[in-house]
Amino acid sequence: MSPETLLTLAVLVWLLPLLDFVVLIFLHKRLPRSGDWFGTSILFAVLTLACVVFFTKVNLYHDQTLAATFTWIDLGNVPVLGSLKIDLGLMIDNVTAIMLVVVAIVSALVHLFSIGYMAGDVRYGRYFAYLGFFTFSMFGIVLTNNFLLLYVSWELVGLSSYLLIGHWFEKTFAANASKKAFIVNRFGDVGMFIGILILFTTFHSFRFDVIFESIRAGHIPFGSDAWLTAAGILVFCGAVGKSAQFPLHVWLPDAMEGPTPVSALIHAATMVAAGVYLITRTFVMMTADALMVIAYIGAVTAFISATIALVQNDIKKVLAYSTISQLGYMVMGLGVGAYTAGFFHLTTHAMFKAGLFLGAGSVIHGMHGALHHVNDHHTDPQDIRNMGGLANKMPITFLAFLMYTLAICGIPFTSGFLSKDEILAGTLAYGSLTGHYIIPVIGFFVAGLTAFYMFRLVILTFFGEHKDKTRSDAIHESPRVMTIPLIIFAVLSFFMFYSFNPIDASSGWFAQAVQRPESSVPTVLAPANAEVFEEAVHEAHVPAMLLSLTVASIGILAAFGMYYWKKINADVLAEKFKLLHTFLLNKWYFDELYDATIIQGTLAIAAAYRWFDTYIIDGIVNGAAKWTVGLTNGVSRTWEENKFGAAVYVLAFAALSIFIGWQITAALLPMNAGMGTVIGYGALGFGVACFVFFLFYAGVGGFDNKIIDGIVNLVAYLTGFFGLLTRKLQTGKVQTYLAFVLLGVMVFFLWFK
Amino acid sequence: MNTQEFIAWLQHPGLTHFLILSGLLFSLGLFAILTRRNAIMVLMGIELILNAANINFVAFSRYVTGTLDGHVVAIFVIILAACEAAIALAIVLNIYQNFNTVNVDEINELKN
Repeated sequence: MSPETLLTLAVLVWLLPLLDFVVLIFLHKRLPRSGDWFGTSILFAVLTLACVVFFTKVNLYHDQTLAATFTWIDLGNVPVLGSLKIDLGLMIDNVTAIMLVVVAIVSALVHLFSIGYMAGDVRYGRYFAYLGFFTFSMFGIVLTNNFLLLYVSWELVGLSSYLLIGHWFEKTFAANASKKAFIVNRFGDVGMFIGILILFTTFHSFRFDVIFESIRAGHIPFGSDAWLTAAGILVFCGAVGKSAQFPLHVWLPDAMEGPTPVSALIHAATMVAAGVYLITRTFVMMTADALMVIAYIGAVTAFISATIALVQNDIKKVLAYSTISQLGYMVMGLGVGAYTAGFFHLTTHAMFKAGLFLGAGSVIHGMHGALHHVNDHHTDPQDIRNMGGLANKMPITFLAFLMYTLAICGIPFTSGFLSKDEILAGTLAYGSLTGHYIIPVIGFFVAGLTAFYMFRLVILTFFGEHKDKTRSDAIHESPRVMTIPLIIFAVLSFFMFYSFNPIDASSGWFAQAVQRPESSVPTVLAPANAEVFEEAVHEAHVPAMLLSLTVASIGILAAFGMYYWKKINADVLAEKFKLLHTFLLNKWYFDELYDATIIQGTLAIAAAYRWFDTYIIDGIVNGAAKWTVGLTNGVSRTWEENKFGAAVYVLAFAALSIFIGWQITAALLPMNAGMGTVIGYGALGFGVACFVFFLFYAGVGGFDNKIIDGIVNLVAYLTGFFGLLTRKLQTGKVQTYLAFVLLGVMVFFLWFK
Repeated sequence: MNTQEFIAWLQHPGLTHFLILSGLLFSLGLFAILTRRNAIMVLMGIELILNAANINFVAFSRYVTGTLDGHVVAIFVIILAACEAAIALAIVLNIYQNFNTVNVDEINELKN
């Protein structure tokens, strides 16, 4: 299979979901079953193509990067900007190929799941259309080779997220959540945009390869290291927004207002992974300082969200904070330099987090059905305090969920174990190389917290006794459309797909395919290069593994102790640490903080602008209107209404008339004029000045009324007067007229003889 | 000149005699048109004028050119006078039916 064929297949993979969107958005009312089979089958076709691309790429073109570019706009040399030539195109390297499969699998399975979950929904067809649109945008991010298309697709996934979160827009919470997601994302995008512009101004190109090559050749923005670091951090800002890192993480928990399959697709596996993908793409241009910032932000995010997840009671919120925490892990992994590990965690996390969300969807679906059955419309089907004992009722969901939880906790033989371990080893290596030991400390602590809260979730949902017997009898397993994706994701959470060695992934195909690239940054600014880092990781690997197993076990034991064996009462503990508990339960009061500072600040600025617009701008507009009216009315009428205005007018007109008179005199005055001529023209000018003054004094309206109309009336009067005179000639008698004719003929003869 | 010469002048008619005659007739006709009140009298005035013109034509034809052109034109004029008199009388009849009078002074609806 030639590279061109592969690239064509990739374009097909990219554009088929767009076709799906266009067809569904216009025709979903006319298709049977609102076209869900259409969307799902297109996505499965896309999945097949993506797998073909992936397998061919990794097997045949393992070390190459396939690309296809075309020039979109070429304006030559633009003044001030320099060369303006925009190339667009796509590229496939191993990272891209893997992402294609990830996005395709999650999207296809979410489509399948939605057929069951969203059955009977009020906007069923539109939902599938938007899912297709999102998939198209996500492929756009993954396939492009330039920042411009990346930014466009970036915004499009943000838009899809807005549309999908706000699917049930009748609910105020959902509508607000979708706006919050979009706006918070926008904050990050502003930073990214500035970063892209810095790069474009320096390198006059949006293409990754051109930019990275130029940096390698020594050409850095404005010749300064600080600018290069800044560009890297600014581009990372986009990832902060999109991947819900601190401080822009506030939108993700609210995004849980959307349907659960949407949460699985967008907010667990793909869109939020776009930020991590961006860091992967731009890794080579990050200086060591930028990477340090990235690592710290990732670590802090992981820590904050893990602590919040400990005390949440809504099943989706726990998973949302867990997602933020794991994203923090990925970002941290990339920041410390564990390139392969960070991306590996993205892949494995996509599988088990999507599975976790779909499992939660299955549970919610079951709870909903049961609550409907007992006619209870008040209990929250998503609150884990209302659940319990679901393991027997929903066995497939339970087993799949358990598998995902084991993966996320990093238990051996799961995929999560491999990826998490790699990251933790990376953080230990980073700590030993740079002395920033706080990062691995946070990493391991968060691993323990993760194990704890995930098993808390599992125990409270699936083990124990359900409170209400009638309700629990009505709960049953979800239909096959919903359980098949769960099973598939559970299978994909096993270790064997990524490496044949259950303990160490570095010999597996993944680690071979995705290798940390050489940094393009000048050596003095670059992070530790690959060999040094690999050495350190190798040394840290076994300690990391042992330590992570230890903290995971402690977390799991603590969870069982508190919730299953009930040795420690959770409520009593919450009472003892009431302040801390409330702080965590209220998400560290981030939303309140942002409201008090940024939102109120923006509203205050808006109010200031409104004052300015109402009083000053409108004042000028209204003043102009009044001035025109005054001009028409003349001074006498204006005097009645507005003495000040009238006085201003008189002075203005006097000045104007003098000026006009002066100009006319000066213009007409010939050179070398004698005194008489000067006085003559001067008088003329003075006359004109008087006339102009009188003109404006009477007001333009008065002028019109009295003088113009006076002239018209005069003409009419004269006409009438003379008419009256000449009327006497009309006697009506023929003989009179004949006499006149005779007179005329005689005059004619005498005159012209 | 005295009466004797005048009578001798009258006994030998030339062009001048006829021109004077037609002139006199023309003036009388014009006077009739301009001063008569009755519409029929106005028509008579028109006839007089036409006849004066006829005399003029014939006199010139006899004394100046010696051809018969003037005589032929006089015949045309007589014919035209006849037609015109017929139509004019028809108009006067209509006026009488409309205004109940043939007094031209009273047909002044175009006055003022």
